[in-house]
Amino acid sequence: MDGKRLDTISERVDAAAVSAPDSIEDELELSTVRHRPEGLEQLEAQTRFSRKELQILYRGFKNECPSGVVNEDTFKEIYAQFFPQGDASTYAHFLFNAFDTDHNGSLSFEDFVMGLSILLRGTVQEKLNWAFNLYDINKDGYITKEEMLDIMKAIYDMMGKCTYPVLKEETPRQHVEVFFQKMDKNKDGVVTIDEFIDCCQNDENIMRSMHIFENVL
Amino acid sequence: MATGTAAWLPFARAAAIGWMPVASCPMPLAPRDNSKKKDELIMLNVSGRRFQTWRTTLDRYPDTLLGSSEKDFFYNEEAKEYFFDRDPDVFRSILNFYRTGKLHYPRQECISAYDEELTFFGIIPEIIGDCCYEEYKDRKRENLERLQDDQEDNKDMKLPNMTIRETMWRAFENPHTSTMALVFYYVTGFFIAISVITNVVETVPCGATPHHKNMPCGERYTVAFFCMDTACVMIFTVEYLLRLFAAPSRYRFMRSVMSIIDVVAILPYYIGLVMSNNEDVSGAFVTLRVFRVFRIFKFSRHSQGLRILGYTLKSCASELGFLLFSLTMAIIIFATVMFYAEKGSSSSKFTSIPASFWYTIVTMTTLGYGDMVPKTIAGKIFGSICSLSGVLVIALPVPVIVSNFSRIYHQNQRADKRRAQKKTRQARIRIAKSGSANAFLASKHHGLLNELLELTGTEEDEQKLIRNTSLLESQHHHLLHCLEKTTVGGLKHPMLAQASLAHEFVDEHMFEQNCLEEALQSYPSRSPSVSSQGSCTICCCGSRSTSRNTALHIQSSQLAVHPSSRSNLNLRAEDGSRVNCKGGQVTTAIISLPSPPSLAPHREGRHHPHHPTTTTIRPSHRGEHPRSPRASRPPQAPHPPASSRCPPSDRSLSVDRNF
Repeated sequence: MDGKRLDTISERVDAAAVSAPDSIEDELELSTVRHRPEGLEQLEAQTRFSRKELQILYRGFKNECPSGVVNEDTFKEIYAQFFPQGDASTYAHFLFNAFDTDHNGSLSFEDFVMGLSILLRGTVQEKLNWAFNLYDINKDGYITKEEMLDIMKAIYDMMGKCTYPVLKEETPRQHVEVFFQKMDKNKDGVVTIDEFIDCCQNDENIMRSMHIFENVL
Repeated sequence: MATGTAAWLPFARAAAIGWMPVASCPMPLAPRDNSKKKDELIMLNVSGRRFQTWRTTLDRYPDTLLGSSEKDFFYNEEAKEYFFDRDPDVFRSILNFYRTGKLHYPRQECISAYDEELTFFGIIPEIIGDCCYEEYKDRKRENLERLQDDQEDNKDMKLPNMTIRETMWRAFENPHTSTMALVFYYVTGFFIAISVITNVVETVPCGATPHHKNMPCGERYTVAFFCMDTACVMIFTVEYLLRLFAAPSRYRFMRSVMSIIDVVAILPYYIGLVMSNNEDVSGAFVTLRVFRVFRIFKFSRHSQGLRILGYTLKSCASELGFLLFSLTMAIIIFATVMFYAEKGSSSSKFTSIPASFWYTIVTMTTLGYGDMVPKTIAGKIFGSICSLSGVLVIALPVPVIVSNFSRIYHQNQRADKRRAQKKTRQARIRIAKSGSANAFLASKHHGLLNELLELTGTEEDEQKLIRNTSLLESQHHHLLHCLEKTTVGGLKHPMLAQASLAHEFVDEHMFEQNCLEEALQSYPSRSPSVSSQGSCTICCCGSRSTSRNTALHIQSSQLAVHPSSRSNLNLRAEDGSRVNCKGGQVTTAIISLPSPPSLAPHREGRHHPHHPTTTTIRPSHRGEHPRSPRASRPPQAPHPPASSRCPPSDRSLSVDRNF
């Protein structure tokens, strides 16, 4: 974290807030957090994107989030615009947590770009690893049925009300059952990372679907 | 999709990793981006100011001009940029829209200019951001109102064919349009005043006579007042009936406020006539006379201020209602309090709560007549509270009403000012426009002169005559000329040879004259045309006669049935050119006042003065001129072309000799 120049005024204020709680501090807290990413070379080294690609990504990122960081609400808003029919907020929440590797509540450009690098330019193993990370809500290394159910419900929420055939209450649950039947080899009620990766790699459909990441950038 | 999300699409697509392991079937194929264009900078040159942006920025909104292939129409190959001949200041906000996804309305821009730019670039104004949308809408509404005001003024324009009914209605509604309307307006006003004064004077005590005591004038001079009343009511009735007759929609007229006032003003008289014999209802009859005072409202047709006041009250109905309601509440409260406070005191005037209403009203409006005063201490305390609160309650809604009135009044003032300015503005614009029309007519002379000069063949003269007519102007004139040539009448009846002539553009003045003459004159015989020829010769001999008679005579001879006379006239006019007639060309007879172009030899190189009102070109013969740029005439009645073609020039000369 040496390269990060974090000019978080709010952080400084928090430190000083104990000594002098004033209305001025409140105003300062409201001011924007500014974040500058590491240099282009460093990012180039850390990710698998070319210089030009990084430039394009950063321009789009900074346009939408001029302050340099995305908080969860903005993230949800942005993601929801792609799915106007349904409610993408739950899934966006899980995504946010998956992208926010250092769990500081805000997504910086580095987090964003690292995640994208894995998803778009990583090996199949890395991608599946990332997906497992997404499903594992509490990051304990196991996917339980409840976690999977949450994820499934979130995905079905994105579809919205107007679907054909009509979405029924137990559809996500049934889907989770199917999933667990497929993934849970030793039937212990949880899916571990090895089970997950093995299963996916042996699954033709999933492997074939990996191509959707090819021409994204 | 909003701006940034286009940039976040790769992210959203990458996030689909979460669905893949869950899905039971493979994902569909992703679209390939074959046109792998590198994101490049695009240069936009707007009237000299250069803007640069990424191509992907513009591609965010593909249904606008800049985002679609429509901008290729503006691509400038040599400079490798897109050139737009538009306002660079407004373009700034448009480009910012692409950059940030929000369209802002710059307050200093004119609303219609801004709208035009938006339309040009294919952006709908509804996406203006919330910060600027209200301002935009307000300005737009104001502008619309202003335009509507201007359109309403067009009703002053006189349509050429109006029926009696329409003329009458127009006269009633706009008294300043004609003298008759103005007279009518003042007469009715006078009679309204007379009627109102009569009603008032009727009740004044006139002085004692030996027979009776002091009685009002109305009873003393009954007959006189009755006659006056009758006269006024007759005038009003006639006016009402005329208006009813002239109204375009009688039903709507009868429902309008003014007509109801009219009816209420005259009805008591008629009811009185009917009922005067019956003594029982004479009491009611007397009451009916009160309604005669409504005649004073008829003045609102004459006074705009009154109308505005009425309109204001109508538009402030809610404020007035609030005022009334709050006053009623306060009155009831204070009347109750005062009644119970004064109950104890003896000989108190506050006998009941409704009786206390009067005291409350008088106190709250700070009138204070003093006919009812509280005597107890409690009564006095509550009385003072009552008067203080009265001031407040009344003062609250009044500013709203006042501001409404002021707004409407100023709006009206503005409308009147605009209307007054409009006349001068339009007059000036008309002069400018007629300048260009006359340029066309004048250039036709030049065109003719050019032809004549081609006949004579001097180069410098041609150059001198090619005035400052720009290419655009000359092309426009050519177009008008082609139109003239096209509009050939259908009939080729020799009797109506003039129908086979090409129509030509004349200026308003001469057009009206033509109409007038055609209506009044019959086709003259030849002899007058001889005399007119004579006068025409005089005219042709260079005298700058500004007399219109010459034109009339020439016209009359033009209207002559005999085709050859017309061509003679033409030939006559083209005296000088006859000599130099080259094969197959001839007769461009334009006789104009005051300076006929036939005087080519006399007036080479002389500039034709611009005569805005009397420049004339009438239906004339046009021969075929191979070198002329004009379209050749389609085949016409046999006679005229034959006579106008040059080979039988001796024939024309012979015809000349007839004169």
